[in-house]
Formats: sequence, structure tokens, C-alpha cells
Amino acid sequence: MKMSRIRKWATTGTPFIWVNAGAVAISLIMVVGLLVVLAVNGMSHFWPTDVMRGTYTPPNIGTNNSTTEFFGELVQSEEVSTEQLRDTGFELTDTDTTYQRQLIKFGNRDLIGSDFGWVVTEFVTDVDYPAEMSVLERRSWGNFYGFLDSVLERGNEVVSRQAGTDDTLWQEFHDRLLRVDALYQDIDQLERREIAQVNYQVERLRLQQRRLEIDGRDTAQALASIARERDALELQFIEHQAALNTLYNQVNRDSAVFIAANEQSVEIPLGEIVRAYRPNQLGFAGKLTVYFSRLSEFLSSEPREANTEGGIFPAIFGTVVMVLLMSIFVTPFGVVAAIYLREYAKQGLATRMIRIAVNNLAGVPSIVYGVFGLGFFIYIVGGEIDRTFYAEALPAPTFGTPGLLWASLTLALLTVPVVIVATEEGLARIPRSLREGSLALGATKFETIVKVIFPIASPAMMTGLILAIARAAGEVAPLMLVGVVKLAPALPVNGIYPYIHLDQKFMHLGYHIYDVGFQSPNVDAARPLVFATALLLVVVIALLNVSAAALRNRLREKYKALDV
Amino acid sequence: MTDIQVEAGSEISEKDLFDASAGIDLEKLRAQNRLRKFLDTSARRIISLGGIGVIVTLLLLFVFLLSEVVPLFQPATIDYVGEFELIENSAGETLHLAMEEQAEVGFRLTDDGAASFFEVPGGVLISREDLPVAQNTFITSFASAEADSNVLAFGFDSGSVLVFAHEYRIGFIGEDNVRTITPFLTYPLGNEPIDLAQGDAVTKLAVSSENDAIVVAALDGANRLHVLRADRERNLISSFDPDASSDYELRQVSIQEPLNNVQELLIDGDLRRVIVLLNSGQMRVYDIARLFTGNESSADFEFAQPDLDITQVELLLGGMSLLISSADGTVYQYFFTDQSIASPPVLARSFTVTDSPVVALTAEQREKNFIGVDQQGFLRAFNTTANRETFSARVARQAPVAIAAAPRGNALLVETESGQFSFWQIDNPHPDVSWAALWNEVWYEGYAEPDYVWQSSATDNAFEPKYSLVPLTFGTLKAAFYAMLLAAPLAVCGAIYTGYFMAPAMRRKVKPVVELMEALPTVVLGFLAGLWLAPFVENNLLGVFAVLIILPMSILLASLVWYVLPKRIRHTVPDGWEAALLVPVVLFFGWLSFLVAAPLEALFFAGDLRTWLSSDLGITYDQRNAMVVGFAMGFAVIPTVFSIAEDAIFTVPRHLPYGSLALGATPWQSLYYVVLPTASPGIFSALMIGLGRAVGETMIVLMATGNTPIIDINIFEGMRTLAANIAVEIPESEVNSTHYRILFLAALVLFVFTFLINTVAEVVRQRLRGRYSVL
Repeated sequence: MKMSRIRKWATTGTPFIWVNAGAVAISLIMVVGLLVVLAVNGMSHFWPTDVMRGTYTPPNIGTNNSTTEFFGELVQSEEVSTEQLRDTGFELTDTDTTYQRQLIKFGNRDLIGSDFGWVVTEFVTDVDYPAEMSVLERRSWGNFYGFLDSVLERGNEVVSRQAGTDDTLWQEFHDRLLRVDALYQDIDQLERREIAQVNYQVERLRLQQRRLEIDGRDTAQALASIARERDALELQFIEHQAALNTLYNQVNRDSAVFIAANEQSVEIPLGEIVRAYRPNQLGFAGKLTVYFSRLSEFLSSEPREANTEGGIFPAIFGTVVMVLLMSIFVTPFGVVAAIYLREYAKQGLATRMIRIAVNNLAGVPSIVYGVFGLGFFIYIVGGEIDRTFYAEALPAPTFGTPGLLWASLTLALLTVPVVIVATEEGLARIPRSLREGSLALGATKFETIVKVIFPIASPAMMTGLILAIARAAGEVAPLMLVGVVKLAPALPVNGIYPYIHLDQKFMHLGYHIYDVGFQSPNVDAARPLVFATALLLVVVIALLNVSAAALRNRLREKYKALDV
Repeated sequence: MTDIQVEAGSEISEKDLFDASAGIDLEKLRAQNRLRKFLDTSARRIISLGGIGVIVTLLLLFVFLLSEVVPLFQPATIDYVGEFELIENSAGETLHLAMEEQAEVGFRLTDDGAASFFEVPGGVLISREDLPVAQNTFITSFASAEADSNVLAFGFDSGSVLVFAHEYRIGFIGEDNVRTITPFLTYPLGNEPIDLAQGDAVTKLAVSSENDAIVVAALDGANRLHVLRADRERNLISSFDPDASSDYELRQVSIQEPLNNVQELLIDGDLRRVIVLLNSGQMRVYDIARLFTGNESSADFEFAQPDLDITQVELLLGGMSLLISSADGTVYQYFFTDQSIASPPVLARSFTVTDSPVVALTAEQREKNFIGVDQQGFLRAFNTTANRETFSARVARQAPVAIAAAPRGNALLVETESGQFSFWQIDNPHPDVSWAALWNEVWYEGYAEPDYVWQSSATDNAFEPKYSLVPLTFGTLKAAFYAMLLAAPLAVCGAIYTGYFMAPAMRRKVKPVVELMEALPTVVLGFLAGLWLAPFVENNLLGVFAVLIILPMSILLASLVWYVLPKRIRHTVPDGWEAALLVPVVLFFGWLSFLVAAPLEALFFAGDLRTWLSSDLGITYDQRNAMVVGFAMGFAVIPTVFSIAEDAIFTVPRHLPYGSLALGATPWQSLYYVVLPTASPGIFSALMIGLGRAVGETMIVLMATGNTPIIDINIFEGMRTLAANIAVEIPESEVNSTHYRILFLAALVLFVFTFLINTVAEVVRQRLRGRYSVL
């Protein structure tokens, strides 16, 4: 290669162009890479992994070389230096090699204390994947790995490994699991609907009585009527409680004995088990079934074990309700403000400044809105509402505490600049000729706006609203101050009067990610779930943004046609 | 169709209408028009009202934040309430004056051993108790413990001491729940005086109590020091029932060597030191714990002022600081910076109360405040942390003999020579805040030197809250700096390429990707940074640095290789697709960087760069550090900067670079000399808006750092930002407390900062737009 060629390459500025192109390439790779990381980690969470059995003999300092059997799923493997291993207590003789170690999910937290552990591959022997290895997802203590030994009914053996074939044993176990599942649905219905209803009514009566006392209308007659109602409710409650006890008794009928690692036999009540499968003998189709079953549980059920297992339905629901409520607040106000600014206000320095200010408010940190929501909405407005309308519940605050209403209002305030800016942009793009045409035909200004401007600008408003929703759905910092909690036992919208509980705290996808990923005691176990939640959130927001972009493009095409 | 005619017909003459369609009801038409007009005006009103309402609400944001912050800086007030004389007053001279929590009951102790409780501000006696003083013994000395304890002690000429406390029981009686306060005296060590000075009169006395221990120090006539330590014997009953009379284990020790010229005895709040102030300008300190283990240990220190003429001594709340007033009306604050007995007291601050001697000095019970009053009745109150005067007043015409501040700091009682009491109301909600204390170095109690510290969570009443916004502001700027370090070059370079060089077909694909990037929730970025990137970076530190070096080089190399390739190959890819070509290159070399990093690390850094950094260079490495934040927040900022900068470059009128190209400039020259200067204000405003976003970002910092409020520029250490601090602390802070308002101040600072930055950026952009339209 000639030097002159290189010099020419340098002087034309080509390298600079390529460096700039490189910046684009890096940015693109970063975005796509991030999405891939999210997708891979988030989607793989539901795939049933094969469970291995192995024998581990680490050469530990101090202890005799102990041999243990272990069951578990391989999570990841990495190279470590000999040095590092020595630091953690390994007695290694050879010097400058690296070892491979594997992170294994051992499960059985109730037996061995922790779900996860590292093993050095070198010292693992006799690895196999027994077909009868079963995985139990439990209501508490995380996963269990082991072999099904026998099925018991009220402590008496029904089938055992010795007695029947393996398949009949599993079939029996599976049938009984289905029965328990059905019972649990009844329990759920009873606990979450009937009993919740009774509790709610008892609380309402208490408030009613307090109200009467405050107003000085607590006549003996009124109090007696309340007491009568309360007695009736208590009777109902006792009935429900009895029914519940019967159900639980039925659930507790069955149990199964499993053999965990190191020949440890464990009796597990079937009521503890959410799902059971044997991954090592499942084919692709079978695994796919488990995959979708777990995925649907993730999307539609309640969280378990301090949010680290189970589903995120309340978080999805809370996010949706909050965003909908916010849209109800933000749309009319944003649109009205934009119409005022563009159509009614006198265009001049003042409107220009207001426009800049509104534009800049979109750039004010969201936490500032959160602080405002907490200080103004909750402590001042909410406190006043409580004193005026909910005095009977005091000192327990009703609206003077973070809740759904304040969260939606705060986010509405946060996103109203987005709607204003987008709507204004849409209004500004409408050719003057249209307005003038309408006015020339004798329409009033209001009629022009409603019948001419509004339909044309509606896609712009929709764009603004969608962008606002996308921003609101992903915003977490202000919500932490104004209403989101890690676990809300009741949904903000349910079958109990008044159906929408504006004062209730709720769960939120974004906060769920923060909470489970950073505040949970068992981050290793929770990580895959957080990835899945993050993926879901990103997908939802990406869809919203894509639809906003599509709408905007349609809008532009429309104007192109008008702009003649 | 007739409908439309009617609606549009307002300007058409009625005659025409008659001609067009006979039978139209004119009256109806008029009514309809009136309705339309009404609708129009009311719509105008409603929309104007709504629009202005929304805008005002947005402005309310600022006003509200400001209104929450302003009280922090409002001066404290002191107001005269009334004057009274005590009815059935004791004849003795006042030794101690105090008030109970509600400032409704006063307590006065006189030198004849009488304790009286009276109503404030009425002066009516509630009860009077004479302390159990034995026949023919006289009170020779008196001491009171530090401000938030109500323990007092008498020393007698018989050499014994009596420890007692004034307490109040609050009860509610009757149907209306009338609150009653019953004052009474308690004797924690029993109401029999304890012989301490072995028969010699007690001339000086000090007492201090903490949780379950009381220490008394006494100086006898022969100037020997005697120390009594009483520890409550822990048993189940006393620990569950505070009212149960409990037993104390008493221990005494005496120091035989006499101490001459003793001015004052003190015991600190932690019961660690006995402090003996000598009137020769010196101080001797004994280690209490060691006194009782038999190995006496003491240290002598000189005061910073050699000719200090001590008039009054008080312990500040918490008993860590000595407040020593000198004859010239100045109060000096000394404290020890170390637990070791050999560490000297430091003079942290001095306060000028008046120019004449302070006759009464009192420390408040909830704040690090003290009040001093002089002979003429001039009173000044100070907060030591903020190092400022909080209020001042002339409270008496005659010389005051005693002052007492209410525990809540909301009232003041002053007694004068003639036995007159005056009662004052004080409003001093935020004494420990001043602009200087928020932004300057403050010498906190127990610290070796003045420092910037943010430490807001109180462990007890005596905790000195440390509200320096400097570490948080520093953390905010540090995070923003590292974020911009990544984001600025990537975003601006990317914008230049996309806006000027990129082929339109590719641009149409790139822009939505960037928009998607902008829409990614920051909580997801923070989560990935904290749980995925941070461990990854920790394990591949050298690889990360290798990427930073190898990638730019590989891009240049790719450019060179492409340049020398035969035209045949080069022409297969049209201009403006270089970025697409570079994607595999970047991927490959990125992968290669991590691949070569491992052997390099083994070769140069003993296999682990991280341990090498900390062991050989002494650099601390946190897993969640500024670099991780830089990456994550840079990622969040890139699309913001990119979109605006790209817009600025793309909208530069094309005839400008065309002209330059026509004159023979290369594409790069046209960009550099023509496009960039034109678009530079736009790029500047893009960077400003990006900075604004980085400054206010909360979740990423919250999740990707350890949130420790330290001041350290080290890229491998974390930080705490203003925004993250608000998110962490405001849910727990008490409404309208100092802490709460300071968090509002932090929010206001963020608001104003980002608002100003954005405004500048917006104005610049608008001007630029104007310039383009001219071009």
C-alpha cells in the first residue's frame, strides 16, 4: 500500500466520516444488544431446564474431602482463576490454570438453606439426567427437585415406587394434584371475594358508627341497627370460615413423599405444590406446554414468595388502571390548553414564553413532580379531603396517603406538557385556508374548532396521548412517592362497592422491577422474573411508541394532501 | 341539507332565504343563532379558563415548591407573652429553672432545697417539695445534667450528694378528657443522700445520666475529686416497666492528688469523661471507664484563648460540646473529636452574645441551640450547627438570674433579680439550616475537621443532623459528567453522520430505533445496569477499557481497508451506508477486545485488574460505580441529544453545503466548515437538554450505584444524587420538618436548574430556526 494513498485517505476526511458512522453503529448495537439481552433472559425464564444429578467432592481446607450428591439446574458457568478459588477455601495443588465453575440452582431451600450455589466442574462426577427427576414449584420455599417415592392420603400410603410402576405413581400424584388445584380455586373465591366482602362491610359499619358519633346522631336505635347488621355479618363470617376450614382440610388430605439429594426423604403436602413436571423426560412439545403454562401464570396470577415467584398480574393491572385514569385526566386538559394556546390566546411574547415554559416542563425531572404530588396532592389536598369528608376514619388517612388517584394526577401533570406540545404541533400544521374557509361559510370559531379543526387534529392528539401513556407507563420515580407499593393485596378495581378504589395503593410494573431486583432478599432467584417483567414493560412501551409513530406518519400524509 | 343552509346562513340576508325556501321560521333561526353565539362565547370562556388553568397549575409547581422551602429561611421570632410573680415563692435564690414539655408547668429549684412547680404563665403554685436534706446540713453545691436530661444533684457540707429529677405525668380526666399535668420529683438513687466526699464538704459538683447509668463527680474542700458511678441493674421487671423502682449498682472512686484552681466540673453526655475546667486557662480530662478499672488516666489541655475568663459553662444537647462563655460576652464551643482521652478539645466556633458578661446560659433540649443573656437583659439565641444567630431580644430591664427554654424550643422563661418572671413565645422551626450550612463546610460535633456531610437520619434527639447539599450536588454532577462523557461523543457524532452523510433509506430505519431507545423506561436501564452490567463490568474490567481503545482504532482501520479496496467492491455499497458496514466490524472487534483482555490481564495485572487497582494503586472499587452509571445514563441521554442535534444538522438548508461542494471542498470539509458552524447552536442546545435529563434522572442512579453520599471523583466509586436522595428519603421524612423542607429545596434546585438549562436550549433552538428560515 502506498503512503500517498494513506495520506490522501487522511486528508479527505474519510476517517472522520467513518468515526461518525461508527458512533451510529455503536448506538444501534447498544439498543439492539439491550433488547436481545432482555429478550433472551426474559423469555428463557419460563423454559423448563433439565435437572442434573451429580456428585461433588471439593478439596476443601479444614474439612475432610466430603462427597455430596446434588440435584439442580445449571444456571451459568464461568472461568475462575485458581487464586480466587484458593481464597474461597479450596485446597488446590496445581498453580497457573483456571477452573470452570458452574452456578447451580439447587432448589430445596428448606433443606439446604440457599437456592443457589457454585460448584467447580472439575470436582463434579457422575453427572446424569434421570428421567424420573421431578421439579415441584411450591407456594413457599421455592423449587424442589427430587424423585417421587409415594403418594399418601391422610398419612397412609396409596401408591409407592416399590408397589406400582413409575408411571402409575406419577399419574396418581398428578390426578390428586389436579383435585387440590380445583379446591384452591374454591378457596380463592371464598377468601378473596366472600370474606373480603364481609370484612369490607364490617369496616363500613364501623365507619358509619363513627360518623354517627361525630355528628351526634348516635341514638340507641341507630346503634342497635348497626349492631344487628354487624351480628349478621359476623355470622356470615363464621360460616365462611367454617367452609374455608373444610376446604383446607380437604386440601391437606393428600401428600407425597419425595427423595431429595443424599437420599433425604421429604413429605410434601400437595397443597404446597403449584406445578409439578419431569423436565428430563419431556419432549419439545411437553416443554412447550410447561413453558406456556408458566408464561400464563406469570401474566395472570398473583406473586408468591415476596414477589420473587409466581405472576405479576396485579402489577400489570395496577399499571393499566393508573395509566387509564391518567389518560382521563390528561386528555381533556392537555387538549383544552393546546387549543387555548393556539386558537384563542393572543399570539405574542407572552404565549411564546408560555410555550417555551410548557415545553421545558416536559424536561423537568420526574422526581420533582413526585415531590409536588406528595406535598401538594397528598398532604395538602388529601389531608383536607380527609378532614372534610372522611373524618370518621381518622386518624387512619383515606386520601391523605399515597394512592391511585394521586398517582394518576401526578402523572397527568407530568405528561400534560407532552399532550399540549403534540396537540399544538398538530394544530399548527393545519393550513390556515381550512379555518378561513369554515369561518367564511359563517361558522363560529367554536364550530370551526369542533367540526373542522378537531377531526384533522385528532391524530395529533392521539399521538400526544400515546406518548404520554408510554412515558407514564415507564415512569417509576414519582410513583414511589405517590402511591405504588411492593405488594397490594387487593386490586384497585374489584367487585366490591364502589368498584374503583381511588384511595387504594397499587402495584406497578416498573416499581416491581425496582423492588424485586433491588430490595428482595433473594436476588438470584428473582432475577429471571425481573428480566421477564422488564421485557414485558419494554414490549408494551415499544408497542405504544410504534403506534404513536404510525399515527404521526398517517397524520403527515394527510396534511401533505391538504397542503396544496 | 336544509340544516346546513340554515346553519351557514347567518350572513345571508333574510330575503334571500325567503326566496330559497319559503316557510322558514325566522324566529327559530334567530333563536338558533343566539344559541350558536352563546355556545361560541361560552366555549371561548371555558377553553380560556381551562387553558389558563392548566398553565397556572403547571406554574403552581414552582410556586408550591418555593412555598415549602421559604420557611427554612424565615427568621425565628420571639414574642412577649406576659410577666408574673410567683405566688408563695420560696425565699432562696434560684439554682435551676426549667419547663415541662408543654411549656405549661415551670420548675424552680432554690438554694434552700425547695423545689416548686408553678403554672406558666400564671405563676400559681402547683406543688412544692422540700428535698430531703438532713438536719444541720447545708447545700454547698448544685449540678444539672446536659440539656435533654432532667437529672439534678445537690452536694452537701456533710460530703454527701443527692441525685434527683423533676418529672411530669400526663393524665386525662373526666368525660372531656381534660389533660392534666402532675409534676413530681424522683430520686433515682434513693432519697437518702449518698456519702461521696467522705465527710468533707462538696464544693463543686457535676452530674450526667445516660440510659441506665448516672455519674456524679464531686470536689471536696481539700480539692480532691470523687466520682460516683451508678449502673442500673438489668432485670426483667425494670426493663419492661419504666416506673418500677429499680436498683442501681453504685461504685465510687477518689483521686487523692488535689486539683487546684478548679472553676467548674463537667461530665460529658456519653459518660466518658470528667472534665475539670481550671481558672488558669487549662482543662484536665479524666477517663471515667479507666478510673473504675483502677488505671487512672488523665490529660491536660490548654484553651485556645490563654486568658479565658470563664463566666458560665453549659453542655450542648447531647453533652458532646462545651459551651464556655467568657467575660467579654463571647461563647466558645469546644468538643472532642476522638474517643481517646489524649485527643485535645477543638475550638469549633465562637459566638458573640453581647459585649458584657453572660449571666445566664442555657442549651435547648431538641436542637443544638443555646441562649445567652447578659446583665442588661439582652438575649441572643444561636444554633451551633448552622453557626448563626436565630433570634435576639431584650427580655428584662433588670439583671436576669436564670433562663429556661421549653423542651420543644417554643417558649422561654426569664427570671430577674427582683423575682419577676417573664414568659416569651418562640417560633424557631428550622434553626439548624442556613444557606451557609447547606453549601459550606460545617464542623460537626466529633468530626476532626469541617466537612461536607449529608446524614439526615436521626438516631436520637441528640443527633446532629448533617444537611450539606454539597455531596449530593457533587454526586449529581459526577453522574451527569460520566453520562455525558459517553453520550456526548456518541450522540453528536451519530447525529452528524445521520443528519448529513447517511443515505435516506437507512436514515428512515435508524430514526425509529433511536426513538425506541428514548422510550425505554429508565427503570429497565437501571435494572440492567445494576444487575447485569455492573457484575459484567466487574468481571471484565480490562475488556471494557480495551473496547474503549480498540473500537475507535478498528473503525479507522475499517475505513482505511475500505478505502484501499478495489472500486469494484466499494461500489457495491452506496455512499451513506458506512454505518451498516461497521456494525459487523464493531461487533467483531468488541468481541475480540474481551477475548484479548483475559490474557492481557493475566500478563500485566496478576490476573485481575480489579484487585490490582485496589492493592497496587489503592483505588477503591465498588461494583455499582460511576462508570456503570455513566454507561446506563449515557444510554438514556444519547437519544435525547441525538434527536435534537440530528434535527439541527438535517435542517441546515442544503444549498449551503452544495455551494461548498461545488467550490471543490470534500464532503467532510463542507460539513466541518459550513454545516457544523451553522448547526452548532442546535448541537449546543441538544447537549444542554441532555445534561438536564442526566441531572434529573432518578431510577438509574438509584439502582446502579450504592447511593453513598461521598465526594470522590473516582470513576470506580458510587455517588448519591439529589434526585435519588429525594426518592430514598422523602417517604420517611416527617411533614414540614427541616429534613422534609430540605428535600423540597433539593427538588427546587433540580427544577430550577433543569428549567434554566432547557430554557436556554429552547431559546437557542428557536433563534436557530429563525436563522434557517431566513437562509
